[in-house]
Amino acid sequence: MEVKKDLKYSKEHEWVRVDEKTIYIGITDYAQDSLGDVVFVELPEVGDTFDADDEFAVVESVKAASDIYAPASGTVIEINEELEDMPELVNEAPYESWFIAMEIDDLSKLDSLMDWEEYQKFCEEEEA
Amino acid sequence: MKDRQLIFELSREGRRAYSLPECDVPEQDLEELLGEDVLREESPKLPEVSELDVVRHYTNLSRLNYSVDTQFYPLGSCTMKYNPKIDEDVAKLDGFTDVHPHQSEDTVQGCLELLYHMDAMLSEITGMSRISFQPAAGAHGELTGLMIIKAYHENRGQGHRHKIIVPDSAHGTNPASAMMVGYDVVEVKSDDRGCVDIEELNEIVDENVAGLMLTNPNTLGLFEENIVEISEIVHGVGGLLYYDGANLNAIMGMARPGDMGFDVVHLNIHKTFSTPHGGGGPGSGPVGVKEDLIPFLPVPMIEKKDNRYYLDYDRPLSIGKVKAFYGNFNVLVKAYAYILSMGARGLKAASQNAVLNANYLMAMLKDYYDLPYERYCMHEFVISAKPQKEWGVSAMDIAKGLIDYGFHPPTVYFPMIIREALMIEPTETESKETLDRFANAMIELSKIAKEEPHRLENAPHSAPMSRLDETKAARRPILKWERDS
Repeated sequence: MEVKKDLKYSKEHEWVRVDEKTIYIGITDYAQDSLGDVVFVELPEVGDTFDADDEFAVVESVKAASDIYAPASGTVIEINEELEDMPELVNEAPYESWFIAMEIDDLSKLDSLMDWEEYQKFCEEEEA
Repeated sequence: MKDRQLIFELSREGRRAYSLPECDVPEQDLEELLGEDVLREESPKLPEVSELDVVRHYTNLSRLNYSVDTQFYPLGSCTMKYNPKIDEDVAKLDGFTDVHPHQSEDTVQGCLELLYHMDAMLSEITGMSRISFQPAAGAHGELTGLMIIKAYHENRGQGHRHKIIVPDSAHGTNPASAMMVGYDVVEVKSDDRGCVDIEELNEIVDENVAGLMLTNPNTLGLFEENIVEISEIVHGVGGLLYYDGANLNAIMGMARPGDMGFDVVHLNIHKTFSTPHGGGGPGSGPVGVKEDLIPFLPVPMIEKKDNRYYLDYDRPLSIGKVKAFYGNFNVLVKAYAYILSMGARGLKAASQNAVLNANYLMAMLKDYYDLPYERYCMHEFVISAKPQKEWGVSAMDIAKGLIDYGFHPPTVYFPMIIREALMIEPTETESKETLDRFANAMIELSKIAKEEPHRLENAPHSAPMSRLDETKAARRPILKWERDS
């Protein structure tokens, strides 16, 4: 299972890449492996606003449908439309397949996310 | 099967199955009768085939059916039990089939009497006060039950209650039904024994809780031992308890949801009461309630006055009509026959044997697969193919491999809290010999997974179709056959 060092992670197995006031959100390698083949990704629209912990997208695999949660409150400024036509990208390259880019109000809200070492440990505990 | 062509592909121009006689009545001009605008310009492209083509085509298709009548069907949470043929005989009686829902009450007294008695029988089995037969099947029953809960709270000036608590092991229909009714879903986790985490439940509940939905035994096949405490916690904040009847087959005649503190139940007649399931359905999902909730049941209810049965629509607090006419009546006739032919002792024995069969299989398999909770199970159990996954074989591969042994696969990847889950429900009607054959197949598959894992990659090998590409089917579905030309 791959973990990227420059990302932050949530307990829901989402990764967050911070680029100044913009964050990119996707799901981790562990998440895509657990879900199995992803067959559908439902994304919000640019301009939608979400509070922290709101569901902003749905990812559907051959096994299950899962909600994707916003790590902090903010506004969607870009969506990865490619995923709508090619959901398999989530399996093939989970860390490049960002779902949305969000401009968030308060960067400090991301402090509660895990770093790569904490996340790796978290996954090992989930496995046990 | 060799003939995999569609009936349209078998078509040859000019081939006929039947010759119609000469028309012996005056012919009418269609254009004049109906008007040109509604007539089609070219003939529909119906298949042109011989009678023998038709007979062979559909006979061969019918032989691809897999059913309880042909083989073992341990599909967890679905209770694919045998459907006794006497139930079909009873449901075929003229008095039940030659009736029309628009007939007057006086001409269908027998049908109404049956429903009236059925209400009493199901009330006794579940510990409820009244039953509505309107809902068409399980999820419809959930929706109806939650609408009743909502109407109850609103009538008491408690319309602010907006939360429904659902365990993380629940059937997906539970949160879906709650959402449909406009409730917010709050998840409660399972503890290390696979049951509702009481500590977390205590933290979650407040005066905004409308109710908690629970399947007991739960989807892990484990009995919620703390049900009385759960009931006290939820009732303590003014919420109601909803019983998902999917697993009633484990406790019939031994324990009653009503006695556990549940206020509303739905039953899956097509599971517990042995009526056909799946393609052979339809289902039926009666909803039962305790005394306080009776006014909110859907209309009509079947009542009796002066030795006459009638449909009662005069129920001002009712949530209204949830289905056309009177539910799936003919399914209820089969269940009525099932209950009467089994009797009280028979129903209890059915549950006891269902539990015994599941525990027997679990004991046979637990040394070969991972058993997440070391407890006796009820009518079904969940094992995990985690050890096999280490060898590169998934729960799905095991499931597909079982097809080569002539068994229907169990439910896989559910409940979602168990990785590589295989959910097995043998039901009461299977013999020890069948269970042994199934267990041996599972054990052999585990050995193959260890020694020659690649053999299971494309299983099944002996079925009419080998492994289907489910991913491609979901990502790029071909929903319509198109003519080449």
